[in-house]
Amino acid sequence: MNKRKGIEEAIAQIPHGAVIMVGGFGSPGTPFSLIDELLKQGQKDLTLIKNDANEKSIGISKLIENGQVAKLITTHIGLNKGVVERMNSGVLDVEFYPQGILAEKIRIAGAGCYGFLSDIGIDSEITDPEQLIEVKGKTLKLETALTAQYALIHADKADSYGNLVYSASAMNFCPLMAMAADHVIAETSQLVAVGDLVPESIHTPSAFVSSVVNLEVLTKEYDVMEARFGY
Amino acid sequence: MDIEKIVKRAAQEISAGEIINLGIGLPTMLIKYLPDDLDVSIHSENGVLGAWKQAPRDLAQPQLIDAGGNYITMRSGGSVFDSAVSFAIIRRSKLDMSMMGAFEVDQKGNLANWKIPGRFSPGIGGAMELAQKTSRVVVLCTHTDKAGNPKILKSCKLPLTAANCVSRIITDKAVMDVTDDGLVLREMSEDITLDELLSQTDAELIIPDQIGRY
Repeated sequence: MNKRKGIEEAIAQIPHGAVIMVGGFGSPGTPFSLIDELLKQGQKDLTLIKNDANEKSIGISKLIENGQVAKLITTHIGLNKGVVERMNSGVLDVEFYPQGILAEKIRIAGAGCYGFLSDIGIDSEITDPEQLIEVKGKTLKLETALTAQYALIHADKADSYGNLVYSASAMNFCPLMAMAADHVIAETSQLVAVGDLVPESIHTPSAFVSSVVNLEVLTKEYDVMEARFGY
Repeated sequence: MDIEKIVKRAAQEISAGEIINLGIGLPTMLIKYLPDDLDVSIHSENGVLGAWKQAPRDLAQPQLIDAGGNYITMRSGGSVFDSAVSFAIIRRSKLDMSMMGAFEVDQKGNLANWKIPGRFSPGIGGAMELAQKTSRVVVLCTHTDKAGNPKILKSCKLPLTAANCVSRIITDKAVMDVTDDGLVLREMSEDITLDELLSQTDAELIIPDQIGRY
């Protein structure tokens, strides 16, 4: 049951061309150390699924700037002009979803189901008429589940079984992605003894988690103001 | 300053007892103008209900931000949750009001704020769900773009975020309501004449006898 791994070993599982969910909304929840290891190991042609593209030279923006990412499935990249330019010039394929629809596509995959119906964006250009179906007299849009081979997650606390606890607004997509991916690699700077986490307070139960990486220190990237302005 | 004027006027829209989402940019800036004792719940789509004023550097928790990436504080009684729950709150129409920015907005209440094809497409973020599922959507934007072109139009040209969703528009020049009869001018900036306002507005404005000033 001991899922603890070194960071190099944990990330070395990931092949070129992998589809990877990355936790985080902005900086909180983003697994910066796992991303840095991916940058070091250099896997290419990746498809990343993340709420946003972080900001210039932070988090997954580094992987995009390094040419390791072929496609980004996301909701909003307005805080990263460099990534907008890469999309406009055709270097990076970007697929946008409404934020809650992306969350729900991931949640439903994590629940072992295949899709759901919604009316969001039904009249807009993001809807293909082929996605529309009639149910009980209503026209609704079929949204399919979104899975991935890997999820990279930052947890505030974890134990070696893989039980995870998130902090404040660092929760965001993390517990959803941790259920939806085949292999879940979680990093934490607070690895606690098995039994120390209060069972009722565990956000992601260990069954979903494959690897736990203990971080000795958190780099300055985890503090977005430090990373932005170098306070 | 134009931005300051929009934000200060928009802060007056917020009443006690409401649950409100404030979008990235101008809307989140208005929190600093709210009285400390105002009993309001601010929802931030990254998973916070009870978001409050920006945290000073020495009190900031790196794990607690608003959707724009600013360190925030929370009101007592607030909660944090994942993104699926955050958007369940939105799609179940639990918000009383959403405030957001616009590239274009028109007299029928159509809103475009996610895509300028080939130029700047920040993406949808929470905007479609907020615009489609909140009963009162208030748009905050400058009256014209940087080149001086009107942003308040007869009909939006950019891809829509949502149709017929906007209730009120607050700019640096005017406050306007979308009604069944059309776009009604409610207030004008104190430093502008009606003719000047009309020359900077593409939409057809209904002009009532009483117009407030701000």
